Amino acid sequence: MHSVSSYSYDDFLNQTPDNNNSVLNIVEKYLKNIELRKNINAFTEVYNEESIANAKKTDQELKSNNKKKLSGFVIAVKDIISIEGKKLTCASKILKDFTSLYDATVIKKLKDADAIIIGKTNCDEFAMGSSGENSSIGKTLNPVNEAKVPGGSSSGSAAAVAANFSMGSLGTDTGGSIRQPAGFCGIVGLKPTYGRVSRYGLVAFASSFDQIGPFANNSRDAARILEVIAGHDPLDSTSANIPVPNYLEKMNGDLKNLKIGLPKEYFDDSLNPEIKKSIELKIEFLKSKGVKFVEVSLPHTEYTIPAYYILTTAEASSNLARYDGARYGHRSKNSNTMEEMFVNSRSEGFGNEVKRRIMLGTYVLSSGYYDAYYKKAQKVRRLIQKDFLDVFKNVDCLLTPTSPTTAFNLGEKTKNPLEMYLSDIYTVSVNLAGLPAISIPSGKDKNNLPIGIQLIGKHFDEQTLLKIADVCENNLN
Amino acid sequence: MELKYETIIGLEVHCQLLTKTKAFCSCPTTFGSLPNSNVCPICLGMPGVLPVLNKQIVDFTILMGLATNCTISNKSIFARKNYFYPDLPKGYQISQFENPICSKGFIEIELENNSTKIIGITRIHMEEDAGKSIHDLDIDTLVDVNRCGVPLIEIVSEPEMRSSKEAFKYLSAIKQIVTYLGICDGNMEEGSLRCDANVSVRKIGENNFRTKTEVKNMNSFRNVERALEFEIERQINLYEKGESVIHQTLLWDANKNVAIPMRSKEDAHDYRYFPDPDLVKVEVDEKWINEIKKTIPELPSKKLKRFITEFSLPKYDSEVLTTERDVAEYFEETIKNLNLKNPETFKLASNWIMTELLRVIKEEKVSIRLLKVLPINLAELIDAISNGKISGKIAKDIFAEMLLRGEKPDVIINKKGLIQLSDESEIEKIITKILDENPEVVVKFREGKKQLIGFFVGEVMKLTSGKANPKIVNQILLKKLNNAN
Repeated sequence: MHSVSSYSYDDFLNQTPDNNNSVLNIVEKYLKNIELRKNINAFTEVYNEESIANAKKTDQELKSNNKKKLSGFVIAVKDIISIEGKKLTCASKILKDFTSLYDATVIKKLKDADAIIIGKTNCDEFAMGSSGENSSIGKTLNPVNEAKVPGGSSSGSAAAVAANFSMGSLGTDTGGSIRQPAGFCGIVGLKPTYGRVSRYGLVAFASSFDQIGPFANNSRDAARILEVIAGHDPLDSTSANIPVPNYLEKMNGDLKNLKIGLPKEYFDDSLNPEIKKSIELKIEFLKSKGVKFVEVSLPHTEYTIPAYYILTTAEASSNLARYDGARYGHRSKNSNTMEEMFVNSRSEGFGNEVKRRIMLGTYVLSSGYYDAYYKKAQKVRRLIQKDFLDVFKNVDCLLTPTSPTTAFNLGEKTKNPLEMYLSDIYTVSVNLAGLPAISIPSGKDKNNLPIGIQLIGKHFDEQTLLKIADVCENNLN
Repeated sequence: MELKYETIIGLEVHCQLLTKTKAFCSCPTTFGSLPNSNVCPICLGMPGVLPVLNKQIVDFTILMGLATNCTISNKSIFARKNYFYPDLPKGYQISQFENPICSKGFIEIELENNSTKIIGITRIHMEEDAGKSIHDLDIDTLVDVNRCGVPLIEIVSEPEMRSSKEAFKYLSAIKQIVTYLGICDGNMEEGSLRCDANVSVRKIGENNFRTKTEVKNMNSFRNVERALEFEIERQINLYEKGESVIHQTLLWDANKNVAIPMRSKEDAHDYRYFPDPDLVKVEVDEKWINEIKKTIPELPSKKLKRFITEFSLPKYDSEVLTTERDVAEYFEETIKNLNLKNPETFKLASNWIMTELLRVIKEEKVSIRLLKVLPINLAELIDAISNGKISGKIAKDIFAEMLLRGEKPDVIINKKGLIQLSDESEIEKIITKILDENPEVVVKFREGKKQLIGFFVGEVMKLTSGKANPKIVNQILLKKLNNAN
């Protein structure tokens, strides 16, 4: 049924359930796909028996007309989100054998909506990375071209959808970790507004940046997942008490009177010409649908990467302090004193990129440097937020490339962290400003690698992004 | 030699707040539960959990701020204090650093010579407690996480205390205020009130502060005074020997009566404070502050003054009665229930509470509220004494009964037939009998051995089982013994 072409929830709904199209059949096919392309290394764990049992149960429920919002929706979850009784490794040696005690709020909501969680996906360790290569269980390959990276840090979640291992997946986005891999793998990836989706149960990398969001083959499925996982959560003080709209209802194809801004700072010479070309085609298409375009400026864009790496590493250095070997996780066997236990457990348990960021974050928060780095970066963050708020007085959303290049080669940037950091140059400002953004496929380059374009919306206006994305997809078909 | 020096002390007082649940999760705060039983993923610092502020902590902290004349900040923020320790599950403590909720307050303390002194309060902030490491076991160090996340306030004073006595007075006043407000039980031994001191000395006349040290681990009021005296003397001795004081932290060892250096400034922690991104700003508006204002009870200093004026009590009595809010309220409730209200009965009530009730609660280590003797019954007892129904001596026996069974005095009096015998003709009959039976003693009395009056009183009491009104007995005895002259 879907070994080659991607299968959507609409396809599932449009079929009359029989033996061939039962949820059980769908789940079995996904499990077979996973088995056939094990080399992609998309999962940290696959819940074989449980998915099959849940599929059978769902088939029964559907027979008794007991359909919930995501009944039969097969979904993979980044292994940085907590599921009760399941391993939660964060692709790190330090949590290699750690089992979580509770369900994240998003997991509770998925379970309540009868979604089928097929497994936990590989990622960059503690969501730190842009290529999927920083995992303690090994890198994930890009299913479109196995010599390429799938992007990161939600590498496995993107690969799972692109390789037809699941209908959709959950990733997390701190600086582009949903959008960049979505772009590299040719699928849809949505980073919701900060505060839209509860972070309770998401292992924190940078708390004021992290957001959970969906990957899917199309924006309708992304909307379906978002609608279920979004909303205020009393367990997360930073989650917003703003009603969640019925997204599908408003994805009606009408783009008239929309005005989209093109930030000139995102279209400079460093942008790959093929990507630029692809965007120009997209703009022409949207103009034909009645959208108006206008060039805008986000003047503080050049400070984005430094501000981002100061603030996120500062938060990370504190967030990752709990992995000290004292209570859970990896504890070094070669320690005689308390201090040795801390130092050795952490030195043995964390990978290089995580250590690099902890050190950087510790440095920028240390006394004497706090004002020069952390405080200044906070000021820059406010200026960047203001840039966006100013621009949004005149436009409904922004259109930019997702990444400066298409998927790069495995190993190409692992030696040069700075170059790796720059692959997020178009995505991180969104997290600094807490805005929603979506990456949607926009054709392919000459090497047949997917190109992603990014739409950035106003706070809590995921609706407009989904609506535009939906129209663009219909054009592709 | 100490006369040449002046002491400078500032105190940091931590108070565990009496909330039912922890600061950032819904675990109970009960003291003395089984180790690691009051815990959940949140206070255990499990991966992925988030804190949610218990609003009652803000209420309590504002209350303390208002009671100590602080400015309440409209916007305050939580910060992370980062350090590694096994009993700190998250690797950081949620506290406040910049923008604490209360600042710039003061309290008044009373000095030995009856004058008062204002001690400034720099700030009061909210934070969570860490767990407990238990080192003194044979096996290994163990960690009890029950205390993790229990809410605390830290009250930081200005360096304005000039002796260990003043520090003691200040600490007592703080304890009195938090217990009056009902936000902390003030128990230093159980650690619900903890105190660290910053101490330095300088020659009188000097303007600048010299190097200070921090003294920790003073877990009783007595230890605070002793530790401070030790440290002051140690510093003065160093200066007198021409040596200098090192900026360091010392731990008070109550068994050896010495302060032992723990760490020097060089290897002090860099806590890397920064705003906690998991918590939102605490925004407090005028309406909230006004609501809290309405709940402030009469504070101890004010109550003390009122007891002196309203009940004509001596200052000493008022001080004793107002030390604890429960005792003061017990006294007032007793007064309210008296039938006969005048300075004598007020003093009588004060005496009973100070001598009998406080003795009992000290011996039994219970709150006055838990005694079986209710204020309304104590009032009845006092009425019975002041209207002559019973003697003071009998009253003590009745009180003992009341303590045991919580019965009303009237019930006990009737049951045991303890009503005082005040009928003059009855008493006269008994006295006549005694005088007739002891003619030789009567003679001796009349010859001048006036102290023999005690013998006759004793005989009367023997015959009446102690119920005879001693005043009347005396009157009649003297009349009869002297008349025959």
